[in-house]
Amino acid sequence: MEPFSIEQFYKFLQQNKLMAGKCLKCGKIHLPPRPLCDNCLSQEFEWVNISGKGKLLTYTIINVAPEQFQALTPYAVGIIQLGDGLKIPGMINDVPKEKLKIGIELALDFGTCSTTQQWPQWPRYCFKPSTI
Amino acid sequence: MGLNGKPLVTIIGAGMSKFGKRDGLLAREIFAEAAKEAFNSCPKLDPKRDIKAMFIGQMGESYEHQGHMGATIADWAGLTGVAATRTESACASSGAALRSGIYAAMSGLADVVLVGGVEKMTHRTTAEVTEYLAMASDYPFEQWNGITFPGLYAMMATAHMHKYGTTEQHMAAVAVKNHYHGSLNPKAHLQKEITLQVAMNSRCVAWPLKLYDCSLITDGASCIILTRPELASKYSDLPVHIVGSGQATDTIGLYQRQSLTSLNATKLAAKTAYEMANVKPEDINLAEVHDCFTFAELMAYEDLDFCPVGESGKLVESGETRLGGRIPVNTSGGLKAKGHPVGATGTAQAYEVYLQLTGQAGKRQIKDAKVGLTHNVGGSGATAAVHIYRRDL
Repeated sequence: MEPFSIEQFYKFLQQNKLMAGKCLKCGKIHLPPRPLCDNCLSQEFEWVNISGKGKLLTYTIINVAPEQFQALTPYAVGIIQLGDGLKIPGMINDVPKEKLKIGIELALDFGTCSTTQQWPQWPRYCFKPSTI
Repeated sequence: MGLNGKPLVTIIGAGMSKFGKRDGLLAREIFAEAAKEAFNSCPKLDPKRDIKAMFIGQMGESYEHQGHMGATIADWAGLTGVAATRTESACASSGAALRSGIYAAMSGLADVVLVGGVEKMTHRTTAEVTEYLAMASDYPFEQWNGITFPGLYAMMATAHMHKYGTTEQHMAAVAVKNHYHGSLNPKAHLQKEITLQVAMNSRCVAWPLKLYDCSLITDGASCIILTRPELASKYSDLPVHIVGSGQATDTIGLYQRQSLTSLNATKLAAKTAYEMANVKPEDINLAEVHDCFTFAELMAYEDLDFCPVGESGKLVESGETRLGGRIPVNTSGGLKAKGHPVGATGTAQAYEVYLQLTGQAGKRQIKDAKVGLTHNVGGSGATAAVHIYRRDL
């Protein structure tokens, strides 16, 4: 089985799958997956598919950014509440500023990987308005 | 030992460099200024003979391309030979140094310990500093998605505003108060008062946080000298006892926490420190809290039990946390006006409490202060250190 690692989480994301690790002992679901359950310290997990649809829990609009992100400013980022009590942060695209509010429905966009060979080779996912 | 209000260790000396833009100096040279003041403050101490251990808080090697800061600081403070270790816990690096110094002194391995911190930041561009500071947050999900440090606190502020009705004016009131305090501190980076209007109209950094909601990018160093309580009278006539010490952690990612409107690490560290000191929040006469952003000070009021949850905005507006109020907070000017040379902040807070409890705080002196508290946070709250201090009775 694939290792329950952040690297593997991003590999799945590249295949358009949002995957989490479920502890076989206590049932806690970890997003991202981790090798040691922080609840019961077990090392036994299974992969579970998570829906990318969620609600915006909180957000901000960033005006001052590190160099790598400066061209994108101002940009919105937030924390999204998914199912099973899971939360994930990310950039929020295609939501007009006046519509950006706690509670709006968003969906994960899997994004693409950078074409450079530098570490890390992770896709840059984001959140967009939910189509449903 | 050390429980139920008994002293854990005793502060016998303290020093702090001028905070500000210290062009042309390296961190080690700024630290020497703080060390010399600490040595002078304790004339009965022979630093070269008596200091047996050092813990030095510093956040980033990137600023000066200089790692190995424990030895570097010992060397340039004239203390080569002393066991010296860098403690890194992001913005709580010297709060952690203080905690480590307490371990060392209480263990009996070192009778006299120097703990301090330093950061040299202002020679870097804002984009560089923003990137280095962000390294204290989760890389694979937060930094990777362009979430900055102000961004993390901004998200907590947004959630708090939504849940409790806290406003941008409440946050600006923290800035006005701390700039007023800073105007009374000759070592503060900024020593001028501001109006609510100036704070409210400043440019946006990460909505709802504006420029005047953010602490300053500052150069500076601070240190304090500790010993075991039974040895204190040998060195100092102005002892201040540390009677409570708590340090705790939380998830590195903000997104993994149950609450986005409070810092659990602060609550855990405060509970430990209050219980150890046998002190209640209402017994505190002054506090230096971690106002890396104005909103962080509001959240600290709630997490340290200075007011009920959700009422921190009202507390700052009441004036109770201003000099002259029931519990003055950040009389030094705080990170907001005194400045936030990241690694130096924890022991700079201890330095202010030491000055206040020994009657050396000048224009900002609180009359008859007996019990003080410091609250130092690392990152978006994955580390917190809380210490409680009591004047010698």
